[in-house]
Amino acid sequence: MKDINKINSIEDLKQIINNQIQKRISDKKPVLIVSSGTCGQARGSLALIEALEQVIKDEYLHDEVNIKVTGCHGFCEAEPNIIIQPQGIFYQHVKPEDAKEIIFETILNNKIIDRLLVSDPVTGEKAVKEKDIRFYKKQKRVVSGDNALIDPTDIDDYFSTGGYSSLAKILERISPEEVVETVKASGLRGRGGAGFPTGLKWQFARKAKGDIKYIICNADEGDPGAYMDRSLMEGNPHRILEGMIIGAYAIGAREGYIYIRAEYPLALRHISLAIKRAEQLGLLGDNILGTDFSLNIHISEGAGAFVCGEETALMASIEGRVGEPRQKPPFPAVKGLWGKPTNINNVETWGNIPIIIDKGAEYRYK
Amino acid sequence: MNIETQKVKSFIAKHNSEKKALISILQDIQKEYNYLPQEALRIISETLGIPLIDVVGAATFYRAFSLKPRGKHIITVCVGTACHVRGGPKILGEFKRDLDIDEGETTKDNQFTLETVACLGCCAIGPVVVVDGNYYAQTNMRKVKSILNTYRKKEKENEGYQQN
Repeated sequence: MKDINKINSIEDLKQIINNQIQKRISDKKPVLIVSSGTCGQARGSLALIEALEQVIKDEYLHDEVNIKVTGCHGFCEAEPNIIIQPQGIFYQHVKPEDAKEIIFETILNNKIIDRLLVSDPVTGEKAVKEKDIRFYKKQKRVVSGDNALIDPTDIDDYFSTGGYSSLAKILERISPEEVVETVKASGLRGRGGAGFPTGLKWQFARKAKGDIKYIICNADEGDPGAYMDRSLMEGNPHRILEGMIIGAYAIGAREGYIYIRAEYPLALRHISLAIKRAEQLGLLGDNILGTDFSLNIHISEGAGAFVCGEETALMASIEGRVGEPRQKPPFPAVKGLWGKPTNINNVETWGNIPIIIDKGAEYRYK
Repeated sequence: MNIETQKVKSFIAKHNSEKKALISILQDIQKEYNYLPQEALRIISETLGIPLIDVVGAATFYRAFSLKPRGKHIITVCVGTACHVRGGPKILGEFKRDLDIDEGETTKDNQFTLETVACLGCCAIGPVVVVDGNYYAQTNMRKVKSILNTYRKKEKENEGYQQN
Protein backbone atom coordinates (compact mmCIF):
# COMPACT_ATOMS: atom_id res chain seq x y z
CA MET A 1 0.00 0.00 0.00
CA LYS A 2 1.27 3.42 -0.86
CA ASP A 3 1.18 6.56 1.31
CA ILE A 4 1.10 4.58 4.48
CA ASN A 5 3.00 7.40 6.12
CA LYS A 6 1.25 9.95 8.20
CA ILE A 7 0.26 13.23 6.67
CA ASN A 8 2.03 15.72 8.89
CA SER A 9 0.55 19.03 7.93
CA ILE A 10 -2.46 20.70 6.41
CA GLU A 11 -0.28 21.78 3.48
CA ASP A 12 0.68 18.16 2.78
CA LEU A 13 -2.96 17.09 2.83
CA LYS A 14 -3.90 19.82 0.38
CA GLN A 15 -1.06 18.72 -1.89
CA ILE A 16 -2.24 15.09 -1.81
CA ILE A 17 -5.83 16.08 -2.56
CA ASN A 18 -4.67 18.23 -5.46
CA ASN A 19 -2.54 15.44 -6.91
CA GLN A 20 -5.43 13.00 -6.75
CA ILE A 21 -7.81 15.47 -8.39
CA GLN A 22 -5.29 16.03 -11.22
CA LYS A 23 -4.84 12.30 -11.57
CA ARG A 24 -8.58 11.78 -11.97
CA ILE A 25 -8.84 14.52 -14.60
CA SER A 26 -5.90 13.26 -16.63
CA ASP A 27 -6.95 9.59 -16.53
CA LYS A 28 -8.70 8.93 -19.83
CA LYS A 29 -8.76 5.14 -19.68
CA PRO A 30 -12.26 3.60 -19.92
CA VAL A 31 -13.62 2.30 -16.62
CA LEU A 32 -16.27 -0.29 -15.92
CA ILE A 33 -17.94 0.84 -12.71
CA VAL A 34 -19.75 -2.02 -11.03
CA SER A 35 -22.30 -1.21 -8.37
CA SER A 36 -21.65 -3.62 -5.55
CA GLY A 37 -23.40 -2.60 -2.38
CA THR A 38 -25.52 -5.10 -0.46
CA CYS A 39 -28.21 -4.79 -3.12
CA GLY A 40 -25.74 -5.37 -5.94
CA GLN A 41 -24.15 -8.34 -4.20
CA ALA A 42 -27.55 -9.89 -3.55
CA ARG A 43 -28.15 -9.72 -7.27
CA GLY A 44 -24.83 -11.27 -8.22
CA SER A 45 -22.39 -8.38 -8.67
CA LEU A 46 -19.52 -10.39 -7.19
CA ALA A 47 -19.82 -13.09 -9.88
CA LEU A 48 -20.03 -10.34 -12.49
CA ILE A 49 -16.85 -8.67 -11.23
CA GLU A 50 -15.07 -12.01 -11.33
CA ALA A 51 -16.22 -12.61 -14.90
CA LEU A 52 -15.07 -9.14 -16.03
CA GLU A 53 -11.69 -9.62 -14.39
CA GLN A 54 -11.33 -13.00 -16.02
CA VAL A 55 -11.96 -11.57 -19.50
CA ILE A 56 -9.45 -8.79 -18.95
CA LYS A 57 -6.88 -11.27 -17.70
CA ASP A 58 -7.46 -13.82 -20.48
CA GLU A 59 -7.32 -11.25 -23.25
CA TYR A 60 -4.48 -9.17 -21.79
CA LEU A 61 -6.58 -6.01 -21.75
CA HIS A 62 -5.14 -4.41 -18.61
CA ASP A 63 -4.05 -1.38 -20.60
CA GLU A 64 -7.40 -0.91 -22.29
CA VAL A 65 -9.85 -0.87 -19.42
CA ASN A 66 -10.11 -0.66 -15.64
CA ILE A 67 -12.68 -2.08 -13.28
CA LYS A 68 -13.90 -0.07 -10.33
CA VAL A 69 -16.04 -1.66 -7.65
CA THR A 70 -18.20 0.93 -5.94
CA GLY A 71 -21.09 1.15 -3.52
CA CYS A 72 -24.72 1.45 -4.51
CA HIS A 73 -25.56 3.73 -7.46
CA GLY A 74 -29.06 4.21 -6.14
CA PHE A 75 -30.96 2.21 -8.73
CA CYS A 76 -31.19 -1.04 -6.76
CA GLU A 77 -34.03 -2.32 -8.90
CA ALA A 78 -31.63 -2.42 -11.87
CA GLU A 79 -28.82 -4.29 -10.08
CA PRO A 80 -26.33 -5.47 -10.96
CA ASN A 81 -25.60 -2.44 -13.06
CA ILE A 82 -22.53 -1.05 -14.73
CA ILE A 83 -21.65 2.49 -15.66
CA ILE A 84 -19.05 2.81 -18.38
CA GLN A 85 -16.99 5.97 -18.17
CA PRO A 86 -16.02 8.34 -19.77
CA GLN A 87 -19.20 8.02 -21.90
CA GLY A 88 -21.55 7.44 -18.96
CA ILE A 89 -23.25 4.41 -20.53
CA PHE A 90 -25.59 2.61 -18.14
CA TYR A 91 -26.26 -1.13 -18.39
CA GLN A 92 -28.75 -2.86 -16.12
CA HIS A 93 -29.28 -6.47 -15.00
CA VAL A 94 -25.83 -7.44 -16.25
CA LYS A 95 -24.96 -11.12 -15.98
CA PRO A 96 -21.52 -12.73 -15.87
CA GLU A 97 -22.24 -14.11 -19.37
CA ASP A 98 -22.41 -10.54 -20.67
CA ALA A 99 -18.87 -9.71 -19.54
CA LYS A 100 -17.09 -10.64 -22.74
CA GLU A 101 -19.58 -8.89 -24.99
CA ILE A 102 -19.43 -5.68 -22.95
CA ILE A 103 -15.65 -5.53 -23.06
CA PHE A 104 -15.31 -6.42 -26.75
CA GLU A 105 -18.31 -4.57 -28.15
CA THR A 106 -18.68 -1.51 -25.95
CA ILE A 107 -15.15 -0.89 -24.71
CA LEU A 108 -13.11 -1.92 -27.73
CA ASN A 109 -15.63 -1.32 -30.54
CA ASN A 110 -17.66 1.52 -29.12
CA LYS A 111 -20.93 -0.28 -29.81
CA ILE A 112 -23.93 -0.11 -27.51
CA ILE A 113 -25.54 -3.37 -26.43
CA ASP A 114 -29.22 -2.68 -26.82
CA ARG A 115 -30.66 -5.37 -24.59
CA LEU A 116 -28.80 -4.14 -21.50
CA LEU A 117 -30.17 -0.62 -21.68
CA VAL A 118 -32.85 0.69 -19.36
CA SER A 119 -36.12 1.37 -21.13
CA ASP A 120 -38.42 4.15 -20.06
CA PRO A 121 -41.44 2.73 -18.20
CA VAL A 122 -43.78 5.21 -19.92
CA THR A 123 -42.51 5.68 -23.45
CA GLY A 124 -40.56 2.45 -23.79
CA GLU A 125 -37.66 4.41 -25.22
CA LYS A 126 -34.22 3.14 -24.33
CA ALA A 127 -31.76 5.37 -22.52
CA VAL A 128 -28.08 4.92 -23.27
CA LYS A 129 -26.63 7.19 -20.62
CA GLU A 130 -27.21 7.32 -16.91
CA LYS A 131 -28.27 10.96 -17.01
CA ASP A 132 -31.00 10.21 -19.59
CA ILE A 133 -32.71 7.56 -17.48
CA ARG A 134 -36.04 8.80 -16.17
CA PHE A 135 -35.22 7.51 -12.67
CA TYR A 136 -32.12 9.73 -12.47
CA LYS A 137 -33.18 12.64 -14.62
CA LYS A 138 -34.66 14.91 -11.99
CA GLN A 139 -32.50 13.77 -9.11
CA LYS A 140 -29.92 16.03 -7.59
CA ARG A 141 -27.72 13.72 -5.60
CA VAL A 142 -25.77 15.98 -3.28
CA VAL A 143 -24.55 13.50 -0.70
CA SER A 144 -24.67 10.17 -2.51
CA GLY A 145 -23.79 11.47 -5.98
CA ASP A 146 -20.12 10.58 -5.62
CA ASN A 147 -20.86 6.94 -4.83
CA ALA A 148 -20.36 6.00 -8.47
CA LEU A 149 -16.93 7.69 -8.54
CA ILE A 150 -15.46 6.10 -5.47
CA ASP A 151 -14.01 2.78 -4.54
CA PRO A 152 -15.02 2.89 -0.87
CA THR A 153 -11.99 0.92 0.22
CA ASP A 154 -9.57 3.40 -1.34
CA ILE A 155 -9.09 6.74 0.40
CA ASP A 156 -7.30 8.14 -2.69
CA ASP A 157 -10.60 7.98 -4.56
CA TYR A 158 -12.20 10.14 -1.90
CA PHE A 159 -9.30 12.59 -2.13
CA SER A 160 -9.81 12.74 -5.88
CA THR A 161 -13.33 14.11 -5.40
CA GLY A 162 -11.94 16.84 -3.15
CA GLY A 163 -12.48 14.74 -0.04
CA TYR A 164 -10.99 15.96 3.25
CA SER A 165 -10.44 19.44 1.79
CA SER A 166 -13.15 20.74 4.12
CA LEU A 167 -11.20 19.35 7.04
CA ALA A 168 -8.07 21.10 5.78
CA LYS A 169 -10.07 24.30 5.42
CA ILE A 170 -11.41 24.40 8.98
CA LEU A 171 -8.16 23.37 10.61
CA GLU A 172 -6.36 26.03 8.66
CA ARG A 173 -8.52 29.06 9.13
CA ILE A 174 -12.00 28.50 10.63
CA SER A 175 -12.67 28.58 14.36
CA PRO A 176 -15.01 26.05 16.00
CA GLU A 177 -17.55 28.83 16.66
CA GLU A 178 -17.51 29.78 13.00
CA VAL A 179 -18.10 26.16 11.98
CA VAL A 180 -21.18 26.04 14.23
CA GLU A 181 -22.38 29.35 12.78
CA THR A 182 -21.90 28.08 9.22
CA VAL A 183 -23.89 24.92 9.90
CA LYS A 184 -26.59 26.99 11.58
CA ALA A 185 -26.76 29.41 8.68
CA SER A 186 -26.94 26.57 6.16
CA GLY A 187 -30.29 25.57 7.59
CA LEU A 188 -29.30 21.90 7.69
CA ARG A 189 -31.82 19.85 9.63
CA GLY A 190 -31.35 16.37 11.08
CA ARG A 191 -31.67 13.89 8.24
CA GLY A 192 -32.71 11.05 10.50
CA GLY A 193 -36.28 12.18 10.23
CA ALA A 194 -37.01 14.52 13.12
CA GLY A 195 -35.50 17.50 11.34
CA PHE A 196 -34.05 19.33 14.33
CA PRO A 197 -31.75 22.18 13.20
CA THR A 198 -28.28 20.66 13.28
CA GLY A 199 -26.37 23.87 13.94
CA LEU A 200 -28.48 24.58 17.00
CA LYS A 201 -27.85 21.10 18.34
CA TRP A 202 -24.13 21.64 17.88
CA GLN A 203 -24.33 24.94 19.68
CA PHE A 204 -26.01 23.31 22.70
CA ALA A 205 -23.31 20.67 22.86
CA ARG A 206 -20.54 23.24 22.39
CA LYS A 207 -21.90 25.45 25.18
CA ALA A 208 -22.61 22.57 27.55
CA LYS A 209 -20.29 22.52 30.57
CA GLY A 210 -17.82 19.68 30.83
CA ASP A 211 -14.32 18.82 29.74
CA ILE A 212 -15.26 15.48 28.19
CA LYS A 213 -17.72 15.53 25.31
CA TYR A 214 -18.76 12.90 22.81
CA ILE A 215 -20.07 12.79 19.30
CA ILE A 216 -22.11 9.90 17.97
CA CYS A 217 -23.10 8.87 14.48
CA ASN A 218 -26.46 7.12 14.54
CA ALA A 219 -26.22 4.40 11.92
CA ASP A 220 -29.02 2.27 13.32
CA GLU A 221 -31.15 2.89 10.28
CA GLY A 222 -34.23 0.74 10.22
CA ASP A 223 -37.13 2.50 8.58
CA PRO A 224 -38.74 0.25 6.02
CA GLY A 225 -37.83 1.15 2.47
CA ALA A 226 -35.26 3.78 3.50
CA TYR A 227 -31.64 2.84 3.25
CA MET A 228 -29.74 5.94 2.26
CA ASP A 229 -27.51 5.52 5.31
CA ARG A 230 -26.51 2.02 4.30
CA SER A 231 -25.74 3.15 0.79
CA LEU A 232 -23.64 6.07 2.04
CA MET A 233 -21.71 3.97 4.54
CA GLU A 234 -21.05 1.29 1.95
CA GLY A 235 -20.32 3.69 -0.85
CA ASN A 236 -18.57 6.70 0.67
CA PRO A 237 -17.52 6.04 4.27
CA HIS A 238 -14.87 8.78 4.40
CA ARG A 239 -17.48 11.46 3.79
CA ILE A 240 -19.15 10.47 7.07
CA LEU A 241 -15.82 10.39 8.90
CA GLU A 242 -14.87 13.82 7.57
CA GLY A 243 -18.23 15.20 8.74
CA MET A 244 -17.67 13.70 12.18
CA ILE A 245 -14.15 15.07 12.48
CA ILE A 246 -15.41 18.56 11.60
CA GLY A 247 -18.26 18.15 14.10
CA ALA A 248 -15.94 17.05 16.88
CA TYR A 249 -13.71 20.06 16.18
CA ALA A 250 -16.71 22.39 16.36
CA ILE A 251 -18.14 20.91 19.54
CA GLY A 252 -14.91 20.17 21.34
CA ALA A 253 -15.16 16.40 21.48
CA ARG A 254 -12.22 14.03 21.49
CA GLU A 255 -14.08 10.74 21.33
CA GLY A 256 -16.67 9.62 18.82
CA TYR A 257 -18.79 6.54 18.30
CA ILE A 258 -20.50 5.14 15.24
CA TYR A 259 -23.37 2.88 16.20
CA ILE A 260 -23.97 0.54 13.28
CA ARG A 261 -26.68 -2.07 13.20
CA ALA A 262 -25.52 -5.64 12.85
CA GLU A 263 -27.83 -6.17 9.88
CA TYR A 264 -25.44 -4.09 7.75
CA PRO A 265 -22.29 -6.23 7.57
CA LEU A 266 -20.88 -4.55 4.45
CA ALA A 267 -21.37 -1.06 5.88
CA LEU A 268 -19.63 -2.21 9.04
CA ARG A 269 -16.70 -3.50 7.03
CA HIS A 270 -16.28 -0.37 4.92
CA ILE A 271 -16.56 2.00 7.87
CA SER A 272 -14.03 -0.04 9.86
CA LEU A 273 -11.61 0.02 6.94
CA ALA A 274 -12.08 3.76 6.50
CA ILE A 275 -11.37 4.44 10.17
CA LYS A 276 -8.24 2.31 10.06
CA ARG A 277 -6.96 4.10 6.96
CA ALA A 278 -7.75 7.54 8.37
CA GLU A 279 -5.83 6.61 11.51
CA GLN A 280 -2.84 5.45 9.46
CA LEU A 281 -2.76 8.74 7.62
CA GLY A 282 -3.16 10.83 10.75
CA LEU A 283 -6.62 12.13 9.84
CA LEU A 284 -7.84 10.54 13.05
CA GLY A 285 -6.00 10.00 16.31
CA ASP A 286 -3.76 12.34 18.28
CA ASN A 287 -2.70 15.69 16.82
CA ILE A 288 -4.57 15.46 13.56
CA LEU A 289 -2.42 16.88 10.71
CA GLY A 290 0.07 18.18 13.22
CA THR A 291 -2.45 20.46 14.97
CA ASP A 292 -3.40 20.17 18.62
CA PHE A 293 -6.80 18.76 17.73
CA SER A 294 -7.29 15.04 18.47
CA LEU A 295 -10.15 12.64 17.86
CA ASN A 296 -10.66 8.90 18.13
CA ILE A 297 -13.66 7.21 16.56
CA HIS A 298 -14.88 3.83 17.78
CA ILE A 299 -17.41 1.47 16.29
CA SER A 300 -20.22 0.10 18.36
CA GLU A 301 -22.08 -2.74 16.74
CA GLY A 302 -25.81 -3.06 17.30
CA ALA A 303 -27.39 -6.40 18.03
CA GLY A 304 -30.75 -6.24 16.36
CA ALA A 305 -33.00 -3.99 18.39
CA PHE A 306 -35.15 -1.58 16.41
CA VAL A 307 -35.62 0.78 19.36
CA CYS A 308 -31.86 1.44 19.56
CA GLY A 309 -32.25 3.99 16.77
CA GLU A 310 -33.78 6.27 19.41
CA GLU A 311 -30.93 8.35 20.78
CA THR A 312 -31.21 7.60 24.50
CA ALA A 313 -31.70 3.88 23.83
CA LEU A 314 -28.73 3.98 21.45
CA MET A 315 -26.50 5.52 24.10
CA ALA A 316 -27.61 2.92 26.64
CA SER A 317 -26.63 0.26 24.12
CA ILE A 318 -23.16 1.81 23.58
CA GLU A 319 -22.72 1.77 27.35
CA GLY A 320 -23.36 -1.97 27.24
CA ARG A 321 -26.82 -1.93 28.74
CA VAL A 322 -30.25 -2.95 27.59
CA GLY A 323 -31.28 -0.45 24.95
CA GLU A 324 -34.30 1.12 26.52
CA PRO A 325 -35.18 4.78 25.98
CA ARG A 326 -35.32 7.13 28.92
CA GLN A 327 -37.25 10.28 29.62
CA LYS A 328 -35.96 13.60 28.18
CA PRO A 329 -34.88 16.13 29.37
CA PRO A 330 -32.01 16.04 30.16
CA PHE A 331 -31.18 16.05 26.48
CA PRO A 332 -28.00 14.35 25.21
CA ALA A 333 -26.39 17.77 24.67
CA VAL A 334 -26.43 18.18 28.47
CA LYS A 335 -26.32 14.61 29.73
CA GLY A 336 -25.58 11.99 27.12
CA LEU A 337 -23.15 9.14 26.90
CA TRP A 338 -21.90 8.29 30.42
CA GLY A 339 -23.63 11.45 31.59
CA LYS A 340 -21.38 13.70 29.48
CA PRO A 341 -22.50 16.26 26.89
CA THR A 342 -23.04 14.40 23.65
CA ASN A 343 -23.95 15.38 20.14
CA ILE A 344 -25.71 12.72 18.15
CA ASN A 345 -26.52 13.02 14.46
CA ASN A 346 -27.58 10.55 11.84
CA VAL A 347 -25.31 9.27 9.04
CA GLU A 348 -26.70 11.44 6.29
CA THR A 349 -26.53 14.56 8.47
CA TRP A 350 -22.82 13.96 9.08
CA GLY A 351 -22.40 13.30 5.36
CA ASN A 352 -23.76 16.76 4.56
CA ILE A 353 -21.24 18.60 6.72
CA PRO A 354 -18.17 18.47 4.44
CA ILE A 355 -20.29 19.81 1.57
CA ILE A 356 -21.59 22.73 3.62
CA ILE A 357 -18.09 23.63 4.79
CA ASP A 358 -16.76 23.34 1.25
CA LYS A 359 -19.50 25.30 -0.49
CA GLY A 360 -20.48 27.66 2.29
CA ALA A 361 -23.69 28.25 4.20
CA GLU A 362 -25.44 29.75 1.18
CA TYR A 363 -25.50 26.28 -0.32
CA ARG A 364 -28.87 25.60 1.16
CA TYR A 365 -30.65 22.36 1.78
CA LYS A 366 -34.34 22.11 1.32
CA MET B 1 -22.07 -28.10 26.67
CA ASN B 2 -18.60 -27.81 28.06
CA ILE B 3 -17.05 -24.50 27.39
CA GLU B 4 -13.56 -23.38 28.09
CA THR B 5 -13.44 -20.81 30.83
CA GLN B 6 -10.13 -19.54 29.52
CA LYS B 7 -11.56 -18.86 26.10
CA VAL B 8 -14.46 -16.84 27.46
CA LYS B 9 -12.06 -14.94 29.68
CA SER B 10 -9.83 -14.17 26.71
CA PHE B 11 -12.81 -12.58 24.92
CA ILE B 12 -13.44 -10.46 27.98
CA ALA B 13 -9.78 -9.50 28.18
CA LYS B 14 -9.78 -8.55 24.52
CA HIS B 15 -12.20 -5.77 25.44
CA ASN B 16 -10.09 -4.71 28.44
CA SER B 17 -12.65 -6.19 30.85
CA GLU B 18 -14.75 -3.07 30.46
CA LYS B 19 -18.40 -3.14 31.45
CA LYS B 20 -19.32 -1.06 28.43
CA ALA B 21 -18.08 -3.83 26.15
CA LEU B 22 -20.74 -6.28 27.34
CA ILE B 23 -22.54 -6.40 24.01
CA SER B 24 -19.31 -6.76 22.02
CA ILE B 25 -18.24 -9.62 24.31
CA LEU B 26 -21.58 -11.35 23.85
CA GLN B 27 -21.18 -10.93 20.10
CA ASP B 28 -17.73 -12.53 20.18
CA ILE B 29 -18.98 -15.44 22.24
CA GLN B 30 -21.93 -16.00 19.97
CA LYS B 31 -19.59 -15.97 16.97
CA GLU B 32 -17.47 -18.64 18.63
CA TYR B 33 -20.20 -20.98 19.92
CA ASN B 34 -23.04 -19.97 17.59
CA TYR B 35 -25.12 -19.19 20.70
CA LEU B 36 -24.63 -17.95 24.26
CA PRO B 37 -23.97 -20.84 26.62
CA GLN B 38 -25.30 -20.34 30.15
CA GLU B 39 -21.88 -20.97 31.62
CA ALA B 40 -20.36 -18.18 29.53
CA LEU B 41 -22.93 -15.70 30.83
CA ARG B 42 -22.02 -16.64 34.40
CA ILE B 43 -18.33 -16.12 33.71
CA ILE B 44 -19.02 -12.71 32.18
CA SER B 45 -21.16 -11.72 35.14
CA GLU B 46 -18.47 -12.69 37.63
CA THR B 47 -15.54 -11.24 35.71
CA LEU B 48 -17.12 -7.91 34.87
CA GLY B 49 -19.03 -7.58 38.13
CA ILE B 50 -22.35 -7.14 36.36
CA PRO B 51 -25.32 -8.86 38.05
CA LEU B 52 -26.25 -12.01 36.13
CA ILE B 53 -29.77 -10.71 35.64
CA ASP B 54 -28.41 -7.72 33.70
CA VAL B 55 -26.22 -9.93 31.51
CA VAL B 56 -29.20 -12.16 30.76
CA GLY B 57 -31.29 -9.03 30.29
CA ALA B 58 -28.99 -7.79 27.53
CA ALA B 59 -28.71 -11.28 26.02
CA THR B 60 -32.48 -11.63 25.74
CA PHE B 61 -33.18 -8.02 24.78
CA TYR B 62 -31.16 -8.02 21.56
CA ARG B 63 -32.49 -10.17 18.77
CA ALA B 64 -29.07 -11.09 17.48
CA PHE B 65 -28.39 -13.27 20.53
CA SER B 66 -29.61 -16.79 21.05
CA LEU B 67 -29.64 -18.72 24.32
CA LYS B 68 -30.27 -21.98 22.49
CA PRO B 69 -27.70 -23.78 20.32
CA ARG B 70 -28.22 -22.94 16.67
CA GLY B 71 -27.81 -24.98 13.53
CA LYS B 72 -24.91 -25.11 11.12
CA HIS B 73 -26.66 -22.86 8.61
CA ILE B 74 -28.54 -19.78 9.71
CA ILE B 75 -31.42 -18.80 7.48
CA THR B 76 -32.63 -15.25 7.96
CA VAL B 77 -35.84 -14.23 6.26
CA CYS B 78 -36.51 -10.50 6.06
CA VAL B 79 -40.00 -9.62 7.22
CA GLY B 80 -39.50 -5.86 7.39
CA THR B 81 -42.34 -3.80 5.99
CA ALA B 82 -41.05 -3.68 2.41
CA CYS B 83 -40.32 -7.41 2.27
CA HIS B 84 -43.62 -8.06 4.05
CA VAL B 85 -45.63 -6.46 1.28
CA ARG B 86 -43.54 -8.25 -1.31
CA GLY B 87 -44.42 -11.62 0.22
CA GLY B 88 -41.85 -12.16 3.00
CA PRO B 89 -44.33 -13.96 5.28
CA LYS B 90 -45.13 -16.47 2.52
CA ILE B 91 -41.44 -17.17 2.06
CA LEU B 92 -41.08 -17.63 5.80
CA GLY B 93 -44.07 -19.99 5.77
CA GLU B 94 -42.49 -22.06 3.02
CA PHE B 95 -39.23 -22.39 4.97
CA LYS B 96 -41.20 -23.39 8.07
CA ARG B 97 -43.12 -26.00 6.10
CA ASP B 98 -40.10 -27.43 4.37
CA LEU B 99 -37.89 -27.55 7.47
CA ASP B 100 -40.79 -28.44 9.77
CA ILE B 101 -39.74 -25.92 12.41
CA ASP B 102 -41.05 -22.60 13.65
CA GLU B 103 -39.07 -19.38 13.51
CA GLY B 104 -36.36 -19.22 16.13
CA GLU B 105 -36.04 -23.01 16.06
CA THR B 106 -33.41 -25.41 14.79
CA THR B 107 -33.96 -28.59 12.81
CA LYS B 108 -33.45 -31.89 14.63
CA ASP B 109 -30.35 -32.69 12.61
CA ASN B 110 -28.85 -29.35 13.69
CA GLN B 111 -28.41 -28.28 10.08
CA PHE B 112 -30.69 -25.24 9.83
CA THR B 113 -31.89 -22.50 12.14
CA LEU B 114 -34.70 -20.29 10.92
CA GLU B 115 -34.69 -16.64 11.99
CA THR B 116 -36.36 -13.44 10.92
CA VAL B 117 -35.00 -9.92 10.65
CA ALA B 118 -36.64 -6.56 10.25
CA CYS B 119 -35.11 -4.85 7.22
CA LEU B 120 -31.72 -5.51 5.68
CA GLY B 121 -31.80 -2.25 3.74
CA CYS B 122 -32.23 -3.58 0.24
CA CYS B 123 -35.99 -3.24 -0.04
CA ALA B 124 -35.97 -2.72 -3.82
CA ILE B 125 -35.01 -6.33 -4.37
CA GLY B 126 -37.17 -7.99 -1.71
CA PRO B 127 -38.22 -10.41 -0.46
CA VAL B 128 -34.68 -10.98 0.75
CA VAL B 129 -33.31 -14.11 2.40
CA VAL B 130 -29.81 -14.46 3.84
CA VAL B 131 -28.18 -17.82 4.41
CA ASP B 132 -24.81 -17.77 6.17
CA GLY B 133 -24.17 -14.25 4.90
CA ASN B 134 -25.15 -14.98 1.28
CA TYR B 135 -27.95 -12.77 0.04
CA TYR B 136 -30.80 -14.05 -2.11
CA ALA B 137 -32.85 -11.38 -3.84
CA GLN B 138 -36.44 -11.48 -5.07
CA THR B 139 -37.11 -14.88 -3.62
CA ASN B 140 -40.30 -16.78 -4.30
CA MET B 141 -41.80 -20.07 -3.13
CA ARG B 142 -39.92 -22.03 -5.74
CA LYS B 143 -36.57 -20.49 -4.84
CA VAL B 144 -36.97 -21.63 -1.23
CA LYS B 145 -36.55 -25.21 -2.28
CA SER B 146 -33.53 -24.48 -4.46
CA ILE B 147 -31.86 -22.41 -1.73
CA LEU B 148 -32.27 -25.24 0.77
CA ASN B 149 -31.07 -27.78 -1.76
CA THR B 150 -27.88 -25.79 -2.33
CA TYR B 151 -26.94 -26.21 1.32
CA ARG B 152 -28.21 -29.78 1.63
CA LYS B 153 -26.12 -30.72 -1.40
CA LYS B 154 -23.06 -29.05 0.12
CA GLU B 155 -23.51 -31.13 3.27
CA LYS B 156 -23.84 -34.35 1.26
CA GLU B 157 -20.68 -33.55 -0.66
CA ASN B 158 -18.84 -32.88 2.57
CA GLU B 159 -20.03 -36.20 4.01
CA GLY B 160 -18.95 -38.07 0.89
CA TYR B 161 -15.60 -36.36 1.09
CA GLN B 162 -15.11 -37.43 4.68
CA GLN B 163 -16.08 -41.03 3.95
CA ASN B 164 -13.56 -41.26 1.17
